[in-house]
Amino acid sequence: MPEPLLDVRAIDVYYGDFQALFGVSLCVDAGEVVAVIGANGAGKSTLLKSIAGLMAPRHGNILFDGAPIGAAPAFEVVARGVALVPEGRRLFPSLTVEENLKIGGQSRRPGPWTLERVYELFPVLAERRHLPSTSLSGGQQQMAAIGRALMSNPQLLLCDEISLGLAPIIVRDIYARLPAIVAEGLSLIIVEQDIAQALKASSQVYCLQEGRIALHGSARELTRERISAAYFGV
Amino acid sequence: MTEWLNVILQGVLIGGLYAMFAAGLSLIFGVMRLVNIAHGDLIVLAAYVALMVTTTLGIDPLTSLLLVTPTMAIVGYALQRGLLNRTLGDDLLPPLLVTFGLSIIIQNGLLELFTADSRKLQAGAIEIQTFQALEGVWVGLLPLIQFLVAVAVIAALQVLFYRTALGRAFRATSDDQPVAQLMGLNTRHVFAMAMALSLAIVAIAAVFLAVRANFDPAIGPARLIFGFEAVIIGGLGSMWGTLAGGVILGVSQAVGAQIDPGWQLLAGHIAFLVILAVRPQGLFPKVSG
Repeated sequence: MPEPLLDVRAIDVYYGDFQALFGVSLCVDAGEVVAVIGANGAGKSTLLKSIAGLMAPRHGNILFDGAPIGAAPAFEVVARGVALVPEGRRLFPSLTVEENLKIGGQSRRPGPWTLERVYELFPVLAERRHLPSTSLSGGQQQMAAIGRALMSNPQLLLCDEISLGLAPIIVRDIYARLPAIVAEGLSLIIVEQDIAQALKASSQVYCLQEGRIALHGSARELTRERISAAYFGV
Repeated sequence: MTEWLNVILQGVLIGGLYAMFAAGLSLIFGVMRLVNIAHGDLIVLAAYVALMVTTTLGIDPLTSLLLVTPTMAIVGYALQRGLLNRTLGDDLLPPLLVTFGLSIIIQNGLLELFTADSRKLQAGAIEIQTFQALEGVWVGLLPLIQFLVAVAVIAALQVLFYRTALGRAFRATSDDQPVAQLMGLNTRHVFAMAMALSLAIVAIAAVFLAVRANFDPAIGPARLIFGFEAVIIGGLGSMWGTLAGGVILGVSQAVGAQIDPGWQLLAGHIAFLVILAVRPQGLFPKVSG
């Protein structure tokens, strides 16, 4: 069996004295889409932040492409090929749309994604490239945030609640572009509260409950009942 | 009439110097929310560095900038990486206290090394060259150069901030530090680059200050106040506003001094207080909220 691209091994993550993750393990193979679902406060965002290097696990290991990245700062993790689309988009308000994309390419990793390719994927961004990022609608901001992350040419893209606060039609529109992104050979972890959307887009599903993995399986095999049991902890 | 025109013109030209004091201060606050209490003393430190360079190498002060500016930039980078980065966090107080301490250390260190004697950089004939701009209105060559350099510094900063990758990194880091790191920016390095740039501007300001007037180890805090006042008058975050702030401060001081020599500093402070009372956000604010 080939080594997984990302191998999270039993990590414990704390906010000060508060433990947010308890021995969480997760694997992502190259080219795979993995969904992480769970209720509010289950630790989904914490898991992504730990992988991206914004938080360091107190115990356990994170291996990316065979190398440990658990203790590496975020700017080094990006250079290795992990990009995070943060929850709530968090575009830089003082930068124009194009500057936001350009700063995503700051790490200068070689790869298929360039300004032109991002504009091809999201044509509406090209029309608004010189406007301040704050002038975009919620859906357009989400597209810009995804484009910004792609600009670093990641091998692994982490998407934190990309449907949050968006109209269902926009969410469908954004999810419809994911296959084009995966086709470039990168792997994806999507964190979602919208279970149907997550199941449809992914091959593996992990369900987090109060900081622990409550359920793990292939998206096709998991039944609604088992998911809701793991989700709500009944 | 021409007498007042002369006074106002002198004020405008000295305003360029104040704008240079202010630009470095404003840059640091804008990028990392650090209020550098030692800024004035770093200006004085740079003046002494220039003094050493000019006396040991026998070159004129303006040429010495080629050496003093990069030296101060390196000092700034090291200062940020070695000390100030450790003080940054959610709390504004630690950097304030540490730079306050730094201010005292620099003042006393300079006092030990160079005594309390007043010094001055000698620029030679250029110091007293003047030309007649209008009938009865005289302009000193050196103050004019100083003002033009200030305008060039502000313009260069503007270009750097809005046209270069480094400027983009400054703005992004100022907006959102964690996300800036997610973009591959080492924010500690970005902060150190900002401090290096700030002290490079300090070096330029220091040489003009030291050619224009006497300096001794104790004059730093007053330069800090002028810098602060120019930043607040112009409005936080606006480069050209900072230049306007420096000019307003310079003109107020010049007009005050013309009425009564004892009123020079008072008039500047009054102008500052009036603007703070009437328009607390400054004349050209950029930072909102």
